[in-house]
Amino acid sequence: MTVKHFTQDNFEAEVLKAAKPVLVDFFAEWCGPCKLAGPVMDELAEEYKDKVIVGKVNVDEASALAGQYNVMSIPVVIIFKNGQEVDRITGFPGKQGYEEKIKALI
Amino acid sequence: MKMYDLIIIGLGPAGLTASIYASRYKLNNLVIGKQLAGEIGLAHKVENMPGFKTISGLEWGQRTLDQIKHLGAGVITNEVGRIEKIKAGFRVYLAGDNQPDYESQALIVATGSERRRLNIPGEQEYVGKGISYCTTCDAPFFRDKTVVVIGGSDAAVSGVVHTAEFAKKVYLVYRRDQLRAEPAWLDEYQKISKAGKAEAIYNTNVVEIKGNGQRLTGVVLDKPYKNSVELNCDGVFIEIGGVPGTGLLKPLGVEINDKDFTQEAEDMSTNVPGLFVAGDITQHSNILKQAITACAQGALAAASVYKYLKKEQAPRILGV
Repeated sequence: MTVKHFTQDNFEAEVLKAAKPVLVDFFAEWCGPCKLAGPVMDELAEEYKDKVIVGKVNVDEASALAGQYNVMSIPVVIIFKNGQEVDRITGFPGKQGYEEKIKALI
Repeated sequence: MKMYDLIIIGLGPAGLTASIYASRYKLNNLVIGKQLAGEIGLAHKVENMPGFKTISGLEWGQRTLDQIKHLGAGVITNEVGRIEKIKAGFRVYLAGDNQPDYESQALIVATGSERRRLNIPGEQEYVGKGISYCTTCDAPFFRDKTVVVIGGSDAAVSGVVHTAEFAKKVYLVYRRDQLRAEPAWLDEYQKISKAGKAEAIYNTNVVEIKGNGQRLTGVVLDKPYKNSVELNCDGVFIEIGGVPGTGLLKPLGVEINDKDFTQEAEDMSTNVPGLFVAGDITQHSNILKQAITACAQGALAAASVYKYLKKEQAPRILGV
């Protein structure tokens, strides 16, 4: 399973109403450090596909979502569980950093 | 395990250029780094790189990455956790991994610098809630907002110029009385300053970051500005340079000076045989800390590696 692409239109159905915890990577094309997080998200999506959903939001295409969730610095990964934000990771902590958060969730 | 001729640590200008030269010297090389383009990858606009009227730092990094791959280098995007000296050369461990991952006869360490932090109250709490160390990444989130940029060098002044494209007002807070940026950036700064979008506060330090728990609301200055030590704002960009990333080198006994830069020779060799350095971690980078000088050091380090491995001078007119 590849990483999902969340938009304003599918965010409620695919993130807020999801049955599993969801990691949402807010990114932009012009952000250097985001390029580091991108491939790691792809790996995590595959490795933890039974436990969590992993997806991305392009902040240029979905600026309202970024505003709604107070995104002021990217890359940031916000973790949602049962429709609520339960954690956020600002900056790029390495694959390990994300994995620690996932393990705490499952 | 495959033994490389050369492992280069760092994906910034120094490491990338070292790889170009190494590949053309036919040295089998692997580049490992955590951030493509390194520090320059955070620059929104680079206008002093020969051959480019204007280019973003990240795009320059991507083009150079394509070039090193085309020339045959291996590339791994990951942080290096540890280096071990072995009889045949060096063994490199990726971060979070206790298994040795790669080995090489020679090593070029070009790990650049880490962003310097202010270490003031509120800084840690409001990272991502208004504090950022990357204007290129985060300026667009401050459309029509008030922003403080801390620092006075190229990164700070160019950061003000970029941020002013989005923000309503940008304050530049600097501890000295005069900006240290390139005159070309100062010209651009003057334009936006005259237009009332930017304002500099000199001889002043930010001593605390204030917020409401959810987001940053302002900064506290060490002396009053317009009769108040509190300056309300929505965002703070900290652009006060970097500290050399010499952490990997200390356990190997590489000589480091009191400012934490490596004490390399002019050919980029260190006191550890086979270990070379280049770029912002070097004492020589203090003369001019620019991408192009880091590139030059990378080229020089690669030529020195060639000499070290082959016991002869690197060809001087290679490829002609």
